[in-house]
Amino acid sequence: MIEKTGSASFETYIMEFPKDKTILNSPKAIIECYKEIPCNPCETSCPFSAITIGPNINQRPLIDFDKCTGCTICASVCPGLAISIRAFKGERATLTFPYEFLPKPKKGAHVNVVDREGSVITQGKVLKVSETKRSNKTAMITLEVNKTYLYDAAGIEVVL
Amino acid sequence: MIYADAVIIGAGPSGLTAAKELLTAGVNVTLIDRNMSLGGQLIKQTHKFFGSESEHASKRGIDIKQILLNDLVPYKESLIILSKTTVVGLYKDKVIACLRGDTYFKVKAKTIIIATGASEKSIPFENNDLPGVYAAGAVQTLMNEYGVKPGNEVLMVGSGNIGLIVTYQLMQAGIKVKAILEAAPKISGYLVHASKVRRLGVPIHTKTSIKRALGKDPVEGAILWDLDEDWQGIQGSEREIKVDTICISVGLAPLVELLEQIGAKVEYIRELGGNVPIINDAYETTIEGVFACGDAAGIEEASSAMVEGRIAGLGALRTLGIAQTEENTKVTDLHKKLGALRDGPHGAKVKAGYMKRRVMHD
Repeated sequence: MIEKTGSASFETYIMEFPKDKTILNSPKAIIECYKEIPCNPCETSCPFSAITIGPNINQRPLIDFDKCTGCTICASVCPGLAISIRAFKGERATLTFPYEFLPKPKKGAHVNVVDREGSVITQGKVLKVSETKRSNKTAMITLEVNKTYLYDAAGIEVVL
Repeated sequence: MIYADAVIIGAGPSGLTAAKELLTAGVNVTLIDRNMSLGGQLIKQTHKFFGSESEHASKRGIDIKQILLNDLVPYKESLIILSKTTVVGLYKDKVIACLRGDTYFKVKAKTIIIATGASEKSIPFENNDLPGVYAAGAVQTLMNEYGVKPGNEVLMVGSGNIGLIVTYQLMQAGIKVKAILEAAPKISGYLVHASKVRRLGVPIHTKTSIKRALGKDPVEGAILWDLDEDWQGIQGSEREIKVDTICISVGLAPLVELLEQIGAKVEYIRELGGNVPIINDAYETTIEGVFACGDAAGIEEASSAMVEGRIAGLGALRTLGIAQTEENTKVTDLHKKLGALRDGPHGAKVKAGYMKRRVMHD
């Protein structure tokens, strides 16, 4: 389906999450890089060697959730904007993702949260907006949503 | 007549890396480019690039341009840059006819690297000459180089990486892309790019094409239709979409006019984008001392263009008789890098094209 529409189906993206839900009680990088492309900044940027692509840079990245600390560095350098950091937080869930639009949302703002097809699925609260030298003008946004949206949330609505 | 050692035509990613290889070896380089600013298409690429660290992965195209230009600064004493200069003639004795404004002059080179890039392809449909029908690269130039908004509502025709990236950049500029059409059954660019624009709510329609543009003077809309297994439009599937801009992104063709003029062997290889020069492993054409690299040698990504430029630069060094002890290992290494960049499913087409070309060369 993704090769026809551009958005992964639930059956496809659920495979990128840890099978044991409790692993997501601490933040983990979820990598949605579904097709081999020659690219490896996620692997080389990870300070914990949690991501492996290997000598053939066309291989898809593999993540070791035991090593991943959810530090967000990989998500901030990924040219495909294909990595998000997700965690359960009691009844809520947090989602950190790259954002390259202006204006940037403000901390504390309530925003429309979209799924992988750009449809609004819920509201979320912006917990953090950060930009580092390494992220190079890509803002990293942390949202809080109801925990039922941990898997489906993909970003915030861009209204044009 | 100006006498030069090495002349590079085109200051895009491959031309600039070729220049660096020559300059570091102590060669005097003349770099000719028809645009105002150097960097080729990199100057419009605001997105982060793929690849590995050595090809500046994760850096934005515009920043990579600056890195490549900065690399040349230490050698500025041996570098002549002729910008806003168009090469209008290229002759077998390596005489290059140039036009800069109204001034016509000739340069005679010992070795020439042709890094002229590519031009955009188009597709035939009714009213494709209406104002508001653009090539994707033109839209990118308007937006990212001149800061001009090309329209308000766009239809993107083609889902290759350029179509997907320009869609993303249009949305960043506040311009709504209403749909992306793809004639093939699958999206042709990187899926991560496709997912990026899909998350923004832009629909991608595969097996769909444009039948006709609507409007009397500027574009007011388009008629779309589904394509059957033979890529023919299906009668009755037509529907209308309201847009004021149609952006065509259906691929690139190498700019080989100069190569043809100088008499280098050029053959049609579909997998490399059309007519391409027949080159050897050093990226040398069938004319000794004349090299071709980057998109001019076959359509690919900027990451591979940067590697090819270095190989062509090293080849030109050999033409000039400047022995580099470690040159052979360098070239082997660069070929390994190219191999790695082409090793995935997206590189399969290019690899097939190279195989065909090798057969034609032998």
